[in-house]
Amino acid sequence: MEKTLSAPAMAEPARPSRLARIRQSDLWYSFRSHRSAVIAAALLALIVVTAFLAPLITPQNPYDLASLELWNAEIPPIWNAEGQWPFILGTDTQGRDILSAILYGSRISLIIGFASVVLALIVGLALGLIAGFFGGWADNVIMRFGDVLLSMPFILIAILISAIATASLPTGLKDILAAPILIVAIAVPSWVQYARTVRASAMVESRKEYVQAARLIRVKAWRIMLHHILPNCMTPIMVAATLNFGLAILSEATLSFLGVGMPPDQPSLGTLIRIGNQYLFSGLWWIVVFPSIQLCLIVLSVNMIGDWLRDALNPKLR
Amino acid sequence: MLAFLIKRTANAIFVMLAVAFLAFVIFRFFGDPVEMMVNEQATQADRAELRERLGLNDGFLTQYARFVTNAAQGDFGISYRNQQDVMVLLKERFPATFELVLVATVISLVVGIPLGVVTAVHRNSRLANMLQISSIIGISLPSFVVGIMLILLFSVSLGWLPAFGRGDTVNIGWWSTGLLTPSGRMALILPGIALSIFQITMVMRLVRAEMLETLRTDYVKFARARGIPAARVHWRHALRNCLMPVITLTGMQIGNLIAFALVTETVFQWPGMGMLFIQAVTFVDIPVMAAYLMLVSLIFVVLNTIVDFTYAWVDPRLRDDTARAGGANG
Repeated sequence: MEKTLSAPAMAEPARPSRLARIRQSDLWYSFRSHRSAVIAAALLALIVVTAFLAPLITPQNPYDLASLELWNAEIPPIWNAEGQWPFILGTDTQGRDILSAILYGSRISLIIGFASVVLALIVGLALGLIAGFFGGWADNVIMRFGDVLLSMPFILIAILISAIATASLPTGLKDILAAPILIVAIAVPSWVQYARTVRASAMVESRKEYVQAARLIRVKAWRIMLHHILPNCMTPIMVAATLNFGLAILSEATLSFLGVGMPPDQPSLGTLIRIGNQYLFSGLWWIVVFPSIQLCLIVLSVNMIGDWLRDALNPKLR
Repeated sequence: MLAFLIKRTANAIFVMLAVAFLAFVIFRFFGDPVEMMVNEQATQADRAELRERLGLNDGFLTQYARFVTNAAQGDFGISYRNQQDVMVLLKERFPATFELVLVATVISLVVGIPLGVVTAVHRNSRLANMLQISSIIGISLPSFVVGIMLILLFSVSLGWLPAFGRGDTVNIGWWSTGLLTPSGRMALILPGIALSIFQITMVMRLVRAEMLETLRTDYVKFARARGIPAARVHWRHALRNCLMPVITLTGMQIGNLIAFALVTETVFQWPGMGMLFIQAVTFVDIPVMAAYLMLVSLIFVVLNTIVDFTYAWVDPRLRDDTARAGGANG
């Protein structure tokens, strides 16, 4: 049975491989013809790779106190007359290599940003599907809760969650749970956007005939939602998720800068800027400037990719 | 119209009650208020007495109702940290934040609108493309990084402008203003710019999008055909029709600016409400946190509701679904 069915298929040209299909797609063409998107993607790839290879390529582990030497403290960047190899971007007041700290810090920032987007996506998609598909009181409760969240400024909710969670934890757990708390704190105010988008499409789709038909043959509700409705509203979701990745990294940095984020012994980029900010008036400008530049580069490259994606996936602009 | 007004107002009240509920839960269940207020030597009897006096033994709903009633009258209790009335503290700090937000809003309009017009009128020119790219950069720059860089450049290196504080202030009634003294005005420049960068790019992008649409309309084409100078067509006739959404955006963003001012205030040691809030966060001073949350949300909700009302007043189609359906049937 199988063989007879596949025989005609053999005569046709071989189905292109996945890679080939990607290379022939409109999206790939649009990407290649957008110089800023290509540059941004290359930059982001470089930042991600160096951040995750940090333990292999940095001259020291900035958080292993044994590797820090006080006589290496306050060395300016290498192009300065007093600069010293291997401290390319100089050292801080404890002899910590700035470049190493930046790479380790980027890793923390990227992980927290990514995880909070994924968490917000999962929660937002699930609640949005339920609200749109079932309607009624479930819809009311979920969307009203979302309205309340949206009536408070994003950054304020994140600060409150982070501050209260940290304050109510015992001292030992605070540092271990700092990253998960931040992930939740940033995800809570951001799921509403996904939920609203998905709910709108789910309401439209669930009235269409193919969904009615699926219901008639008793396909389970969660299966209809996941396999039939969800794929139909992924385009705007992907654009929003990309732009929100930049926003999440920004929010994490802001929280850490304000002192309600990552602690100084496992600093993200925001924590590094907070630490460097103390030396603003003492001439040690490199402690604060380089982490700031790295943070801006990450957010900028993500936003440029998101900007391109929004235009590329917008059917009106084709 | 009346039905719409009532519905929107009810909605706003519901949102505020929900925010009050969150604030109440934070206030009541994170850290024991009694432990925060009494000193070390207080006996068990003292604590029990205080607990009874604060009404912490009453039912949950009774306590919530009392919290809402007090909050509506501006009574948020006593700050744990400096034993002062929370509302008095916020009132002292409000003018500093308000002036900062006002300056940032003015900067964003004065800079953002012309940039938006230029990028729309000369679109595809090199200048417009550069501005368009710098607007993405503007959205990507964290406001605290902008603040730090401004301090490094203008205070540390050049020594032109003060890096922290409000300078000298003058009291007019209970309102302390920095706008009337030279040092107060100097102190406003850097924080004002830092807070407005994001807003400038938003205004610029909005004006650009609106202008691009307006420039395609017949009346603009007609004005050009009549030989009215291009500058006059763009800056007077076309721009005027783009300003409504800008005003809306500015109104709705004021709440966000107040919230974001807390970052700017931390960078510049600006003695506003935001810094009060951040200090309260580090000391887990719950009454101040709860009051700030409710105040900012109130400003947010009130502005949004006003914007909705204005829209409904200008555009009758937005008023009520049922009225519209009825109209269509009749």
